[in-house]
Amino acid sequence: MEDDAPVIYGLEFQARALTAQTAETDAIRFLVGTQSLKFENQIHIIDFDDENNIINKNVLLHHAGEIWHISASPADKGVLTTCYNKTSESRVLTCAAVWRMPPEWESGSHESPDDSSNSPQTLELLCHLDNTAHGNTACVLWEPMGDGKRVISLADSHVVLWDLQESSTKATISSSATLEGKGQLKFTSGKWSPHHNCTQLATANDMAIRGWDLRSMSQIYCIENAHGQLVRDLDFNPNKQYYLASCGDDCKVKFWDVRHINEPVKTLEEHSHWVWSVRYNHSHDQLLLTASSDSRVILSNMVSISSEPFGHLVDDDDLSDSEETHHEEKSKEPLQDSIIATYEEHEDSVYAVEWSSADPWLFASLSYDGRLVINRVPRALKYRILL
Amino acid sequence: MEAESGSSSPGRKRRLLRLYYSAAPEPQQEEQPDPCDINGAQFDPELYLNKLRKECSLNELMDQESCMVRQIRSLDSDMQTLVYENYNKFISATDTIRKMKNDFKKMEDEMDCLSTNMAAITEFSARISGTLQDQHAQITKLSGVHTLLRKLQFLFELPARLNKCLELQAYAQAVSSHCRARCVLQQYSHMPSFRGIQDDCHAIMERLAQQLRQKFRDGGTSAKELSECVELLLQLDEPAEELCDKFLSHAQTRLEADLQGLEAELRDSAPIDVSTQKLSSAANPMSPSESSTSSHFLSPAAQTDILEFIDRGCNEFVSNLCLVIASYQELFVNRPQEGELASKNIPQMANSKLLVFVDTLAARYFSLVERRIQEEKGVGDNSLLVRALDRFHRRLQAVSKLLPGSAVPSQGTEIVIQAARERIKQYLSALQSFYLDSLTDVRQALAAPRLSVGGTSSAGGGALAGSGPPGKEAPPSLPDLLTSLSNSILNQIKSVLASVHLFTAKDITFSSKPYFKGEFCSQGVREGLVVSFIKFICQSSRQFCESAGDRGGSTPPVLLLLLSRLCLDFETSTISYILTLTDEQFLVQHHSPVTAVTALCAEAREAAQKLLNHYVKVQGLIISQMLRKSVETRDWVNTIEPRNVRAVMKRVVEDTTSIDVQVGLLYEEGVRKAHSSDSSKRTFSVYSSSRQQIRYAPSYTPSAPMDTNLLSNIHKLFSERIDIFSPVEFNKVSVLTGIIKISLKTFLECVRLRTFGRYGLQQIQVDCHYLQMYLWRFVSDENLVHFLLDEIVGSAAHRCLDPSPMEQSVIEVICERG
Repeated sequence: MEDDAPVIYGLEFQARALTAQTAETDAIRFLVGTQSLKFENQIHIIDFDDENNIINKNVLLHHAGEIWHISASPADKGVLTTCYNKTSESRVLTCAAVWRMPPEWESGSHESPDDSSNSPQTLELLCHLDNTAHGNTACVLWEPMGDGKRVISLADSHVVLWDLQESSTKATISSSATLEGKGQLKFTSGKWSPHHNCTQLATANDMAIRGWDLRSMSQIYCIENAHGQLVRDLDFNPNKQYYLASCGDDCKVKFWDVRHINEPVKTLEEHSHWVWSVRYNHSHDQLLLTASSDSRVILSNMVSISSEPFGHLVDDDDLSDSEETHHEEKSKEPLQDSIIATYEEHEDSVYAVEWSSADPWLFASLSYDGRLVINRVPRALKYRILL
Repeated sequence: MEAESGSSSPGRKRRLLRLYYSAAPEPQQEEQPDPCDINGAQFDPELYLNKLRKECSLNELMDQESCMVRQIRSLDSDMQTLVYENYNKFISATDTIRKMKNDFKKMEDEMDCLSTNMAAITEFSARISGTLQDQHAQITKLSGVHTLLRKLQFLFELPARLNKCLELQAYAQAVSSHCRARCVLQQYSHMPSFRGIQDDCHAIMERLAQQLRQKFRDGGTSAKELSECVELLLQLDEPAEELCDKFLSHAQTRLEADLQGLEAELRDSAPIDVSTQKLSSAANPMSPSESSTSSHFLSPAAQTDILEFIDRGCNEFVSNLCLVIASYQELFVNRPQEGELASKNIPQMANSKLLVFVDTLAARYFSLVERRIQEEKGVGDNSLLVRALDRFHRRLQAVSKLLPGSAVPSQGTEIVIQAARERIKQYLSALQSFYLDSLTDVRQALAAPRLSVGGTSSAGGGALAGSGPPGKEAPPSLPDLLTSLSNSILNQIKSVLASVHLFTAKDITFSSKPYFKGEFCSQGVREGLVVSFIKFICQSSRQFCESAGDRGGSTPPVLLLLLSRLCLDFETSTISYILTLTDEQFLVQHHSPVTAVTALCAEAREAAQKLLNHYVKVQGLIISQMLRKSVETRDWVNTIEPRNVRAVMKRVVEDTTSIDVQVGLLYEEGVRKAHSSDSSKRTFSVYSSSRQQIRYAPSYTPSAPMDTNLLSNIHKLFSERIDIFSPVEFNKVSVLTGIIKISLKTFLECVRLRTFGRYGLQQIQVDCHYLQMYLWRFVSDENLVHFLLDEIVGSAAHRCLDPSPMEQSVIEVICERG
């Protein structure tokens, strides 16, 4: 069916960084950052027209360097952060900065969406999140559902909490913590928990997952050897405050209850190479996306550990009249944990996958060769969850 | 009549006779009597004459006449003869009558004489009886008095006699005497003198009963005496129920002593570690015989074996029990029913009591036996246990013969079955621990050559291949280890099967029970033992894959390889061999569904596959860790111009070579695609990008012109995806391909995360060329290596700040030098 056909967009550069425009809840919009050592790097703003199945793109220049990580402010559509490589005098350093998109990018691009000769606009630098003492920045995290004033950057072995002031043009370190231990410890990724009033953070370094309390900037739990090899990514269940998912080089996706860190709640082993990204659906946390360097994206339905184990809960209004029929449905078809779909549109390693912030049934995945694929949750499953 | 002719006389006679006998006359003659028939009864001479005259001529008449005359004459003479004869007879009859008359006369006289004599005799006899009448009455009376007196004397003497009997302990006599007198005394008890006697007798009998009871109570009396006692007491109207109880309780004390003996033996053995002591006691046949006599003072080493124990149980308890049952039945159940005893329905009552008694005691005995059997944990010698069980079971048959309704034999069989079940479980666990032990042995054996490999040379495969460093004893090679492992497992299974087979031997009594014929063979031995063990092997093999985690440190990879081959061998031959062997030995009739050979084989194959996959994963991980560290820790931007192949690449090739040798020892070569002659002479297209043309995309938005270069063309050739951690086939090439795939993919991903300087890229070029030179020979499809290495160099070029590649010739020189 036309509805289920994937929509593919090709970038001319290699790319790893992908994010949904978090603050945008009407339009389906993704931001992609490119990686090129030779050419000017770009941020592609991908707008997806759901009705016509058409992609509109806008390109903004990112002069600073190749983009390794990108994340959009949850409060201000125009604000985003990137982590980029800065090469100077045969030294490569990964820095982070807060940017603002030029306000007129939308109008300017509409004239000729296909014409790349049109000189693209440039991002406006708001401030650097830099501290050379902290080393290479792996990623920048916005405070979930916050007012866009607080970000955390993970740099080598440091967790740094920044306060953005004066409409994000000035960043000051409000607190920081350092990972202690032997050897050269480096954060690979992290996630700011949306629960507990946004006071918790989970980070991954090597094979361990650590939880941090941001008020005291101290470690609250540590899952040593969470994965057999490097932990690549993690994500919090948006509806269950103690649950998080992690993925890594052992080809596995693991689900954790951070109150019981000895054993994973569940383990998936569906990929045939490293899993680089794991994402819970924002609304229906049984839906889980994973992206792997085996060039596949897998959409799983983890009913057994979701907050709505028997499908979508009925709204309070029509609970009274539809309760009986609903019960019948429940007993009729309890959904099993299963893989819903394996998406094989990519031909290179897929390093990032993101749900759209506007449409909970839509997601984008980005492979290294610059191919962005927009897919939807199969319609049958969508209705099964909704009804 | 006279006119009748002589020739016709026979017919006439016949007719007369017929008339006489009133037989049915011939109808036509009767109906139409011919008046002209001269012989007929209706003959009318007038008519006849008239007829003759009318019909015949003169001559004929003349003839007729003369004929007639002749006939008349002959009739006349006949008549005369008859008359004469009859006359003679009459005369003689008259004479006889006369003679009789004379004789009767004489007889009459004699009869008269007789009657007179009789009258005289009657008269005499009457006279005599009259005189004797009085005396006869007197004599009768006298003899009556005599008997009465004799009885009275007996009665008066009874107390004394009873006393004497009591003294002499002739209880039987006393009881029989008393029985005779009892009724009389009872009857005349209203008379004071008799009453006295009766009281005396009662007292004496009371004493006697007392003594009998005493005797009964005394433990020492023999069974025969005891039964005598019981009989006498029964005769003395002792209540049978009480007697039964007493008898049984008496028997119980003795049987209990037996049981306590057994229990004491059990207690002695309890604190000792049974499994270890078993062997020593079995090896020392002298001690058990002593232990039965003075078990308390014996050293723990002298503990009895199970056969001893069961023997003792059988000889003491079971035989005594049988004796008790037999005598009890003799006394109470099977005795002839007589008199009032019959009405009391003793046998039923007695029998039910007996059943309860036997059941309770047997239950205790069984619990002891069960405890003893449970202690039998050592699996060294099964024959002892089987013999013990057989004896146990055989002896219980005696009970079942004596007491058909008892549940004892079936309970005994139940115990035997339970023991057999336990035994199977023990054998299973013994097999399992044996397997684990031999795995440990294999591990140790594997550890030795591994050490020597690390120490001696870089060509690690050489030592493993069996040549070994000189001077040291050559460690067992992998195939040797494999065969010894699988042989020892097979032998162990066989020996266990042989041991278990004892349960079904023909000379064992319980082997004919339905359990041992059916369930024991199929569910017990086949499923519970053999199948479970095979499943256990698969299971534990699978656990190696899981518990070892991804670190791969806990299980040596060689062991994984070895186990995988073992499981594969199981799948191909061993399982079906073992199961066929079992089925043959035990004649398994599959009443209940059993695990099919194919299912087990599938499980073994799955385990083998899993192990091999895991092996590939672990080995791939070891190599990729090396590669990753080497990429991550280097500063690729500021590196110097490459002069050598990096050491880590050499290490990778070495390790791959040794893995190749290792796998080659256990697995076949496998198929590989024909490679081109100049495999090692390929060049890399550095400027290629890994980007391909995107085809068939529904809404593709081109953002840059596509460069269709060499690599994308190559890529088209390999349009099918490369699964990195994919299942491998059971051959060397496939295994090596898997490992190399994993390693190179890791290399690729790591390169993509780095930024390279000019010389960094050149170093990668050199390294990849080196890998290319050596790795292609290991894989099934060399193009795979080419492709992955191309990707690596391509990615490195992409990530290079100053991409100026090295000359191909220079690369080759460097690689050949290194």
